[in-house]
Amino acid sequence: MAAAILTATASDLGARIAARELTAVEVTRAFLDQIGRVDGAVHAFLHVDAEGALAQARGVDERLDAGEALGPLAGVPLALKDLFCQEGVPTTAASRMLEGWRPPYSATVTQRLLDAGVVILGKTNLDEFAMGSSTETSAFGPTYNPWDLARIPGGSGGGSAAALASFEAPLAVGTDTGGSIRQPGAVTGTVGVKPTYGGTSRFGVIAMASSLDQPGPCARTVLDAALLHAIIAGHDPQDSTSIDAPVPPVVEAARSGDVAGMRIGVVTELGGEGYDPGVLRRFTEGVAHLRAAGAEIVDVSCPHFRYALGAYYLIMPSEVSSNLARYDAIRYGRRVGDDGTRSTEEVMRLTRGDAFGDEVKRRIIIGTYALSSGYYDAYYGSAQKVRTLIARDFEAAFAQVDVLVSPSTPTTAFKIGERTDDLLAMYASDLCTIPANMAGVPAGSFPCGLSPEDGLPVGLQVMAPPLADDRVYRVGAALERALAAPDGGVLSDRLAPRWTPDAPKEA
Amino acid sequence: MSDLMDYDEVMERFDPALGLEVHVELNTATKMFCGCDNTPGGEPNTKTCPVCLGLPGSLPVVNGKAVESAIRIGLALNCQVASWCRFARKNYFYPDMTKNFQTSQYDEPICFDGHVNIDVDGETYRIDIERVHMEEDAGKLTHAGVTGRIHGADYSLVDYNRAGTPLMEIVTRPILGLGERTPVVARAYMAHLRELMVALGVSDARMEAGNMRCDANVSLAPKGAHVLGTRSETKNVNSLKAVEGALRHEIRRQGALLAAGERVIQETRHWHEEGWTSPGRSKEEAEDYRYFPEPDLVPVAAGASWVEQLRATLPEPPAQRRARLQAAWGFADLEMRDVTGTPGSIDLIEATVTAGASAASARKWWLGELARRANERGIELAEVGVSAAQVAGVQRLVDAGTINDKLARAVFDGLLAGEGTPDEIVAARGLAVVSDDGALGAAVDAAIAAHPDVAQKIRDGKVQAAGALIGAIMKQMRGKADAARVRQLILEKLS
Repeated sequence: MAAAILTATASDLGARIAARELTAVEVTRAFLDQIGRVDGAVHAFLHVDAEGALAQARGVDERLDAGEALGPLAGVPLALKDLFCQEGVPTTAASRMLEGWRPPYSATVTQRLLDAGVVILGKTNLDEFAMGSSTETSAFGPTYNPWDLARIPGGSGGGSAAALASFEAPLAVGTDTGGSIRQPGAVTGTVGVKPTYGGTSRFGVIAMASSLDQPGPCARTVLDAALLHAIIAGHDPQDSTSIDAPVPPVVEAARSGDVAGMRIGVVTELGGEGYDPGVLRRFTEGVAHLRAAGAEIVDVSCPHFRYALGAYYLIMPSEVSSNLARYDAIRYGRRVGDDGTRSTEEVMRLTRGDAFGDEVKRRIIIGTYALSSGYYDAYYGSAQKVRTLIARDFEAAFAQVDVLVSPSTPTTAFKIGERTDDLLAMYASDLCTIPANMAGVPAGSFPCGLSPEDGLPVGLQVMAPPLADDRVYRVGAALERALAAPDGGVLSDRLAPRWTPDAPKEA
Repeated sequence: MSDLMDYDEVMERFDPALGLEVHVELNTATKMFCGCDNTPGGEPNTKTCPVCLGLPGSLPVVNGKAVESAIRIGLALNCQVASWCRFARKNYFYPDMTKNFQTSQYDEPICFDGHVNIDVDGETYRIDIERVHMEEDAGKLTHAGVTGRIHGADYSLVDYNRAGTPLMEIVTRPILGLGERTPVVARAYMAHLRELMVALGVSDARMEAGNMRCDANVSLAPKGAHVLGTRSETKNVNSLKAVEGALRHEIRRQGALLAAGERVIQETRHWHEEGWTSPGRSKEEAEDYRYFPEPDLVPVAAGASWVEQLRATLPEPPAQRRARLQAAWGFADLEMRDVTGTPGSIDLIEATVTAGASAASARKWWLGELARRANERGIELAEVGVSAAQVAGVQRLVDAGTINDKLARAVFDGLLAGEGTPDEIVAARGLAVVSDDGALGAAVDAAIAAHPDVAQKIRDGKVQAAGALIGAIMKQMRGKADAARVRQLILEKLS
């Protein structure tokens, strides 16, 4: 019974809870038990809120028993990236700076989840302040990839992705600044979508780079991600950059998966040298599946994408240097060296020196430099121009095709520690995902099989024009259908025998 | 204290250049970027929320009413309004700032390229406005310890109630050629801005409460050299008198330095009420604020039709209104100057005239009896507790001869004590003038009998001596006698 719950899709669980075949409490218990059983090995969670989750589940059961009609995911548990404020629940951004801090308010996304009856199991691990591609910069230790515990689960949202792949939760929410939803999705064989910038509210999400950050859904299936997307998306007057427009029809698109007649562009710049042959092979096969499903495939050049990474590493740290200035030991969070003899300035300096990790400090320093008088035009100014050129590349491309596709990452999951001393290699993990953030367009990563080289998951990325998030799901669903196991199973189902108790043996 | 040069001597040798940056706190109901109560004061840190406390994850949303006020201020200063502009972050660490950056505007102010004409003693001076921009105020620090400043404090207390209050910064271009009039024109400009803010209804503009504060920049250049010298910036000057005093002081201080062959250091200075300035932060090593466009806010796009709608809401320019009312009321320049010099009185007199009183009587009450009471209590005239309609009511009783001016004062006492309408107070306090010939005749007869020498003088034709008898009668009747009728009766009886 437990295994059937753990490996079920979120939409299935939601339907069975709504039909009162299952209670929200029993589903929540099953996942809490699973977390207790496997998280020692995976370390996806920084905080498990068992009491709060069960209370929420009881509330959902009561409402359903009273005959209230709730949404399709009511009673379904979810893992929340520890960057989202949840009133009263520890929220750390995986930093010593915020260790022990309990927000007095909830993020809009958090609140929408709670309002929809989604049960929040706890807060998942990430790179410190979401700065990283492996969760290795988390102040509380890395998360391990459920496909191979010696490897990274991606980052920054490695905790959320690993929680899905180890069946600790059927749903998760992440944030994507340069690939933090999609890259972990790719290397864990799960689905992750970064909505159109402004499509989901950033209010209450601890900021890394305001002009790039975007919350989004993570799940094991395309439909589950779409159902979650529909809950968390939509206009929020508390976020000025939130778009006041209807949520794109993502659920319909995920159910349809019909790509017949769709024009799909393969980005010629995202591939070739530096990409694992195994990744490229699976990507090519994925594209062939889409062609077989009726899509027209063309090559599209986006010449400025090659400058995206460099420009990103100026704009992002610039915003980081300002956004993280508020952590000064005055109002909340950690305070170091306040022994009554030191000045405010010294305590600020000691606290920031002690409580921020190296990657955070590195980005603050780079950003401070890039914004400095005399350097601003050369660095921040030029990077903004590149950003405009990338947006124009997208515009030109979308004049020819309905969506663009590429591998989600150049390589499969690398080994823990492998790139911590080679930052350029680390930063290159986000080579394919960054352009979408720079232009604000929606993009998702979908499982595209296992690399023949190392047997690790490969992701296929779909990028669409602003506000056409539904196209991302439509293509993702087509790929999922084409790659489905005879029993309809998705890629991550192959991990069930390893991570769930009493699961039927792999066929 | 620095050496000072005689003011006139400075003027013989140097040309001053003036620049004024004025901060105006808006009186919007809510703060600049959140829904918190924007009224001043309150228990520390009670008017706060995750946004104005800069909590992790919080985001600003622009107060549309504040943008409206900024545009109206700009229009009243004859500025252009930007069709598209952005906020910018000004980055620096200070404990009164919850985010360690101030959300402000940098190279894209909402309003720019304006001017105002300031009248001083019959001369008109044009002040060019470079920009009007929007920003947020910081919290308030209280430093415990001997210094009263953050350095050397035992501890500091911080109150974020003010954090996020909408602030407008109005910046002039360098103002040249004012010569010895520099401090006076600066003061008149501040007075003009204050009047304008009140007329626009965008700020309480009370300098003593910090609603309006001025950073006064001044530099000296050798006479006729047509260059700009090194300036000092006296921060947060918060009264009209202080603006004039700080500039005079700085001009004299800089004059002494330059005459001695020393250089003026570019720095901020603090004004002391005793009439001097002291050095603050040196700006020689200019702080790098790393301004960049605020990514959490979308640009402000003020459409032409909206701007025109706002233009239509502008009040009559204060100078124009003053001229119009002076003509309508028939006041002499000197009389009008008293009105201008008493904040709020022009509105109160206008309302009193509208309520039926003559302009002269309205002026008499507001600038006389009622101004005296306001001064005694250290409050604004408008806060004195008597309405324009009540003043007109009192004057109606005077005009009708029911009471005289002296009794009117007692009516005001009654009004302030909440004893009812002027008519009710006159009745309840028995304040009506006695003009009944029977009662007055008896009093006149008694007075004549008591002062035979005076009576004889009047019989001899010295009519002015009647005053002594009138005085005696008024005293006896505790001011309630109809003085004119008493005089008539005396003269009738003694002719």
